[in-house]
Amino acid sequence: MGEHRYKWIGTRPNRPDGADKVTGRARFGADFNMPGQLVGKVLRSPHAHAIIKSIDVSKAAALPGVKAIVTSKDFPEQPNQIVSAGEMLVNLRDITRNVMAREKALYDGHAVAAVAATTEAIAKEALGLIKVDYQVLPHVIDVEAAMKDDAPILHDHIRTEGVEPKPTKPSNIAKRIAFAKGDIEAGFKKAELVVERTFHTAPVHQGYIEPHAVLASAAEDGQVQVWCTTQGQFTVRGFCSRLLNLETSHIRVTPSEIGGGFGGKTVVYLEPVAIRLSQKTGKPVKMVMSREEVFRASGPTSGGMVKVRLGATRDGRLVAADCTAALQAGAFPGSPVGQGCMCSFACYDVDHIRVIGYDVVSNRPKVAAYRAPGAPILAWGVESAMDILAQELGIDPIDLRLKNAAKKGTKTHYGPTFNTIGFEECLQAAKNSDHWKSPLKPGFARGIAAGFWFNIGGDSSAAAHVGEDGTVTIISGNPDIGGSRASLAMMAAEELGIDYTKVRPIVADTSSIGFNFLTGGSRVTFATGLAVVEAARDVVRELKKRAAKIWEVEPDAVVWENGEAKPASTNVGQQEPLSLAKLAAMAGKTGGPINGHGQLNAQGAGPGFGVHIVDLKVDRDTGIVVVDRFTAVQDVGTAVHPSYVEGQLQGGAVQGIGWAVNEEYIYSAKGKLENPGFLDYRMPVASDLPRIETILVEVANPMHPYGVRGVGEVPIVPPMAAIGNAVARATGVRMLDLPMSPPRLSAAMDAARPKMAAE
Amino acid sequence: MPRVILTPSFADLYAGGKVEHEVPGLTIRHLIRHLDERYPGIGQHLSHGVAVAIDGEIYQNALLEEVGVHSEVCFMPAIEGG
Repeated sequence: MGEHRYKWIGTRPNRPDGADKVTGRARFGADFNMPGQLVGKVLRSPHAHAIIKSIDVSKAAALPGVKAIVTSKDFPEQPNQIVSAGEMLVNLRDITRNVMAREKALYDGHAVAAVAATTEAIAKEALGLIKVDYQVLPHVIDVEAAMKDDAPILHDHIRTEGVEPKPTKPSNIAKRIAFAKGDIEAGFKKAELVVERTFHTAPVHQGYIEPHAVLASAAEDGQVQVWCTTQGQFTVRGFCSRLLNLETSHIRVTPSEIGGGFGGKTVVYLEPVAIRLSQKTGKPVKMVMSREEVFRASGPTSGGMVKVRLGATRDGRLVAADCTAALQAGAFPGSPVGQGCMCSFACYDVDHIRVIGYDVVSNRPKVAAYRAPGAPILAWGVESAMDILAQELGIDPIDLRLKNAAKKGTKTHYGPTFNTIGFEECLQAAKNSDHWKSPLKPGFARGIAAGFWFNIGGDSSAAAHVGEDGTVTIISGNPDIGGSRASLAMMAAEELGIDYTKVRPIVADTSSIGFNFLTGGSRVTFATGLAVVEAARDVVRELKKRAAKIWEVEPDAVVWENGEAKPASTNVGQQEPLSLAKLAAMAGKTGGPINGHGQLNAQGAGPGFGVHIVDLKVDRDTGIVVVDRFTAVQDVGTAVHPSYVEGQLQGGAVQGIGWAVNEEYIYSAKGKLENPGFLDYRMPVASDLPRIETILVEVANPMHPYGVRGVGEVPIVPPMAAIGNAVARATGVRMLDLPMSPPRLSAAMDAARPKMAAE
Repeated sequence: MPRVILTPSFADLYAGGKVEHEVPGLTIRHLIRHLDERYPGIGQHLSHGVAVAIDGEIYQNALLEEVGVHSEVCFMPAIEGG
């Protein structure tokens, strides 16, 4: 829709940060340095579950070059309650214990102490001199094992929430949550076919290339500066303020360029530690995680168990949908099980639905967000079950989904009734795609799956500063992960009626722009975009006032068109239009600098839907899955910069392919992570992949002036099931557990051979 | 009168298992206040960590948002993204 209505929206200009990134000028988290800085390193637990009886730092502290050591005693105790920190609702008791273990180490890699020293070598040597007296406890890694009555208990204070009567005994099940619509048993009575399977997914890491890194400098007057790689500088400020009892105005956080986050950089690990070390030493402290530390200590997303039961009539109409899911939270409560449960059947219009979820702790790193948190895990089960249903009914899998697709007016099982959505349009686009219509290559099979994500809005601030030459700086407060600087600049150029190259967007620190919630939830182009539009409109109002002053008319007698102030009518008189550059040059004489501001809590983000198609073959001898063709179809609202929207779809699909066929954490019997590196934790590389084709379905979001919807999370929801569905059709073997890695798939095919031969 | 919908979990904990409620009010704040009068304690929980969908549009941190006489208002777990 954008091509003809807009000058910039829908075009593909160069990204403002592109030159810096391809020439190496861009500074990422580990690129910040200060004179006299110290190196901080973290001592991590080698045990999955152990009481910390004592920590003796005397020998390490005596090592020349060691300037400070911190343990949990250097961080104030926090209440066991949910509070707001940087607009995130968090349990500070848990966060401070995740940053630095207190009574117990709860996973292999859990931080127990940290050192600041003059060199990295000295810091590492000092870690070896810290003596921790552990009492090793039995541990539990897997979610279903953690739910058993006789499982080792991680936290004595946890009683399962959401259960009546309230339990009196501690449990690893932190929460039970339920959603329902209609009468599930009445629905199943109408079913002529029922499909029921239990699926599992493995926890997977976000796999950002850039490890966590921070430089912190605490001054004698209490002011703290932090430079770090993060998805939200205001969130870092909020967490550090709470964890260290500092006022937010005393902490200035500057976000670096970010080498990937995908949700994993929405929390803090090193930042509070670096600040405390800097406060103790009076020196700047720099800390950078190794890749091994990233895997052992930072959040993956949950693994989980998903039991799905679908009931349908013979003509393919879903009459009942039931699901129970248990998601690993890691060492502290807070898996995305609620969101996953809400997404589970969101794609479908079913009268009778029940979804029950469990949030389960186990001896793994605390999970962090990962693209559409929770949704891909549930979609693996639901979309696989939909494919089984299609096969058993003999119905085309797209037609089955079209027959049951959610649409405007569909009441979801989690409460709301959908407004304008584009799922049917996505299914039709998939059906009409060249990919779907093309014949399969010999030996290949095709799978499809669908996915849903809410998208969110939230708090955003932006400013527009007009320079004396009429160029404009757009100041926002969200780290640019997916090309948001370009999208924000394009919206500003559209509003102001000036050339895109005359708009320069920057990402500001926490002291230079008003609050912005983090970059996540597919919210920035939508929510911060709205703030930029407000800021640009604020500038236009001021420009019209200035032109009115010059022409000695009322502001209402001036209109703003194509980057110029013009008389609203001939009644105003014959006036030469005044360009933004002309008005900027006269700003001092007409009232001073011209700036605009926008601040809002953006609402109405508009949900997104996607449909993925994959062609693949399976090597019968090795179990290797070879993906030959992949198409991602998605309802993207308006694609402000189509290249970056396509990039989001491609990135999500690729991460989903890795999740489907390779990625998993491998733990030893003692609960030690055995594959904390990219060699053994196998993520897809370019040579594993075809070009990911994209189809952008533009169903405008009525709640945004340019129709923007978030796009970054939907594309990781369908890929796993799309691949599993294709694998089932290629091999005749239905994989229920992820990853469908070569040894697992090979074993499953071997196991199925006698049965298939008999048939 | 606006129709308020709670998740079953929430309804079980605070509203005797009743999911749907007719509640008078012109804003989310009014609805929470009235619900708290009916089910003491529910108001605090509906004010924090909960998202609200008004006629299908999801609002984070809603309080002063207006609701219509025939609005459907759903309280549900807050949504975080990656």
